[in-house]
Amino acid sequence: MSGKKNTAFLIFQDNEDARPIIEAVEQDNPGVNIQYQPGMVRLERAGSLIVKRETVEELIGREWDVQEMHLVLISLAGNVDEDDDKFELSWG
Amino acid sequence: MAIIAKDGYVDIVRDKVENFHGNQVVYVSWDDHLLFCAAQAFPLPPQMPFQALVSDVMSSVFNWHDDFEKVNWSQVLWNLDGEAFEPDMAKSLAENGVAHKSLIRFKTPGLTGINGTRI
Amino acid sequence: MAAKKLNLRKRYELLTRGMGWDTTYQKMDDVFPYDSFEGIKITDWDKWEDPFRLTMDAYWKFQAEKEKKLYAIIDSFAQNNGQTNLVDASYLSAIKLFITGVTPLEYGAHQGFAFLGRHFRGEGARVACQMQAIDELRHAQTQIHTISHYNKHFTGLHDPFYQFDRVWYLSVPKSFIEDAQSSGPFEFITSISFAFEYVLTNMLFVPFMSGAAYNGDMATTTFGFSAQSDESRHMTLGLEIIKFMLEQHEDNLPIIQRWIDKHFWRAYRLLALVSAMQDYMLTNSPMSWKEAWEIYFVENGGALFEDLGRYGLKMPKHHELATAEADHLSHQVWSVFCALGSATGFHTFEPSDEKMDWLSEKYPDTFDKYYRPRFEHWKKQKKEGTFKYMESLPQLCQVCQIPMVFTEVQTDPMQLSFRSTEFKGDKYNFCSDGCKDIFEHEPEKYTQAWLPVHQIFQGNCGGATIPEVREWYKFAPEDGSDYFDSQDYRRWQEWHGKDEPAKTGSND
Repeated sequence: MSGKKNTAFLIFQDNEDARPIIEAVEQDNPGVNIQYQPGMVRLERAGSLIVKRETVEELIGREWDVQEMHLVLISLAGNVDEDDDKFELSWG
Repeated sequence: MAIIAKDGYVDIVRDKVENFHGNQVVYVSWDDHLLFCAAQAFPLPPQMPFQALVSDVMSSVFNWHDDFEKVNWSQVLWNLDGEAFEPDMAKSLAENGVAHKSLIRFKTPGLTGINGTRI
Repeated sequence: MAAKKLNLRKRYELLTRGMGWDTTYQKMDDVFPYDSFEGIKITDWDKWEDPFRLTMDAYWKFQAEKEKKLYAIIDSFAQNNGQTNLVDASYLSAIKLFITGVTPLEYGAHQGFAFLGRHFRGEGARVACQMQAIDELRHAQTQIHTISHYNKHFTGLHDPFYQFDRVWYLSVPKSFIEDAQSSGPFEFITSISFAFEYVLTNMLFVPFMSGAAYNGDMATTTFGFSAQSDESRHMTLGLEIIKFMLEQHEDNLPIIQRWIDKHFWRAYRLLALVSAMQDYMLTNSPMSWKEAWEIYFVENGGALFEDLGRYGLKMPKHHELATAEADHLSHQVWSVFCALGSATGFHTFEPSDEKMDWLSEKYPDTFDKYYRPRFEHWKKQKKEGTFKYMESLPQLCQVCQIPMVFTEVQTDPMQLSFRSTEFKGDKYNFCSDGCKDIFEHEPEKYTQAWLPVHQIFQGNCGGATIPEVREWYKFAPEDGSDYFDSQDYRRWQEWHGKDEPAKTGSND
């Protein structure tokens, strides 16, 4: 098996609700590649990607439930691991 | 391999030849003429003479292509259900071995579509 | 001392587990009669883990939020005549095909998941399927609201559900969903949740939703994104069910592999219609079918199967052919729609010079050599007034039911692919080894196929000629045929001023 890690990605609607989540992902995932396409934003990274509740809460100034992501999520790739504090995608 | 089903399964053959009112389904395809995107399908009486297939049926459909009027019928190469064959024009489709849902392909050496593109 | 807060996983477990029970005065096998016959062995349903731990209250809350937003946008679209902001009315051929072909699939999926929501033995799986059943019904509803608006202004959208059961190209999605619905629950969920909604979902999503955004179609973008947020849950359900089945018993592996091979192929063939939409019907295409295939199947699907390799699962059979076909698929399908343009309910049109340049760029090895000549030929004939639509009917594949337009792309792209087999004395014809394999494994399932062309020949579709069949399909006179001869085009000119330059097809 090659050493190359497969790409995990999240795609969000390009709107105000998704903006702090996108910013949080940018902060918490070194090497993340962000692509803006009509109406949507694609975030991808080799191997894994994480959304942290704490980071989003710092950005929006209120309590945030990880499950609120459902409102703006369009697509994803990777195995999902979700709990009260994070939503993580990973391969391998 | 038989279908895995809970309490047996239906036995329906929706396209059995009896359902076609005395006709059988025959497909005809012109090699190297992909302007016809797929083989063409026809309901035809099995007793129809092969010549009638060519003169009446094929001529009214394949003339959609400019090459058709140039076809030299004595040089056409025929294929029936995957095997090369020489139809007896006077005999019927059935007598020629053209069965229900058979595929006839014809190739016209020298005529290979628009500007030789096989379209 | 502050009370210790339960984590999401534990909370979910306590709220949802233990709600099921083993029956005592009726046998469990009688209460759940459908979940064993397929041969899938589940030793412990409690091992089922929901990746999205949504309780009912959370589900309703989020879904209600989505609905409020969605209908506000649709209302606004209607009130502001949003349809006039489309890039071009010819783009709507894509939406007409989507709405007549996919909306009924949403309804069929709803029915299927409702069945699973009753018949899976494990309560966690039942709840997930019940939620999905509601999601799919919601999708059908949002699309019906969109149909309702577009139907006021454009042709071809007046009888979608009636036409789904009859029209020749709509038998492709119909036979697809009915194949899944008439399978057992584990095959159904492998087909829809995994093969369609995980492996291939992005091949549907990118053209339609992204395409809608690129072409000024706010209504479709809105219902599309709203549906996609549900799709993430569906995708994850699909992946989880596969892993769950594979982890439960080693005997499940060969059954699952066979289902994946079958349903990947069936879904891929269905998406051929979408490829034509993506490359030809969208006025502005966000990316080509070939590009989308490379990103979303070759790379993303490759990553997925690499991950699942630890269970012994392999890439779907015939995937290499699907990848080789990416250079040809959209062109072959759009060609047959253009040739049979008098038999469709949506308008067809040859690509503009601008679009053909784009196609040359995106398909450098194939477009100019194999496909440009046919479109130029038809354009020339239309200019000269010598064009007429094909009046004869094409050979259909017994399994996927698409006209057999596919070719031997790996050896001779100008050679039609013919495959056949015999069963109980009758011949059956297929477009590919993939479809032939499916037939040969379960022939009785496909000998009953309602093939539109054969049904016309049997006299079951209103008559022998295309005009008679059109009437039986309830195609209005203004539906179908060339976009530039259409009522849609004339209205578009009126809305935008008569000297608005045409953006597509035969007019240049």
